[in-house]
Amino acid sequence: MKQEDLVKEIASIRNLMEKSSKFISISGISSVLIGTYALLGAAYAYYEVYGFDSQMGYRDHYVNEPLIIMKLLTTAILVLIASIFTGVYMAIKKAKANRQNIWNTTSRALLFAMAVPLCTGGLFAIIAIFKENYAVVSSILLIFYGLALTAGSHYTFSEIKGLGILEIVLGLLALLFPGNGIIFWALGFGVLHIIYGVIVHKKYE
Amino acid sequence: MNLDLTQYNKVFENKVRLQIMSVLMANDEYDFNSLKSILDVTDGNLASNLKTLEKEKYIEVFKTFVDRKPNTRYRRTTEGERAFEEHLKALEKLIKQQYK
Repeated sequence: MKQEDLVKEIASIRNLMEKSSKFISISGISSVLIGTYALLGAAYAYYEVYGFDSQMGYRDHYVNEPLIIMKLLTTAILVLIASIFTGVYMAIKKAKANRQNIWNTTSRALLFAMAVPLCTGGLFAIIAIFKENYAVVSSILLIFYGLALTAGSHYTFSEIKGLGILEIVLGLLALLFPGNGIIFWALGFGVLHIIYGVIVHKKYE
Repeated sequence: MNLDLTQYNKVFENKVRLQIMSVLMANDEYDFNSLKSILDVTDGNLASNLKTLEKEKYIEVFKTFVDRKPNTRYRRTTEGERAFEEHLKALEKLIKQQYK
């Protein structure tokens, strides 16, 4: 056996251990797109609440009028559906290119790790809306989404852990400065997704 | 060049067996179909190499049914873990010998 063969053998072991235990088919570009949807959604929500040419600090509406709540909720759900669709669709495409199976042991583990904090956070937010605690909704979503990313990061790119922690910090800040939920929401779901998408794309794609 | 092959594990000379063991070292358990797709080998090739590893007691087999379809999962044994680590050490040694 030759020197190169040995080194190649060890490299292939390493590669396989990594490939088999991490789900690497998450697309960086899909993260950029998801961030863009979130920013568009936030811009629309801002326009609905604050009006177009309002002065600083002056609002056309407050987030407790039923019509406004319905509009904001619909926007949020549309952004969520578009994001899930884009994320899953592009992951399937990337998995095919990587010759990785989209539904394998690792993707199941990733999904399960994320599902627990995500479902808890989703239910928490729905209950908060029912109880008319609108001020905490954006921080709940940010914090639990951050927890889901941190929990899932074990099964995918390690950068995701950093993203999760930043989302949690933004969620806590949103709680500290009530009334600015939409700004933290736009930063967390919009700007951070775009930045991380670009990082993942540059590093792995 | 004379190489010391005493620690080199003959079971792992086969590439597929070494790859199966690598996957089972990185994951607590893995099922047959996921192994097949990640290693990109045929059913027969994978099954016969899994059998060899099972005979050596390097892996354990768990059979269950999911929606009436058989679902076979594999786990490394402590013995398999030790054998794999020693094999890696042997590879490392071989590389060092050749640098001399």
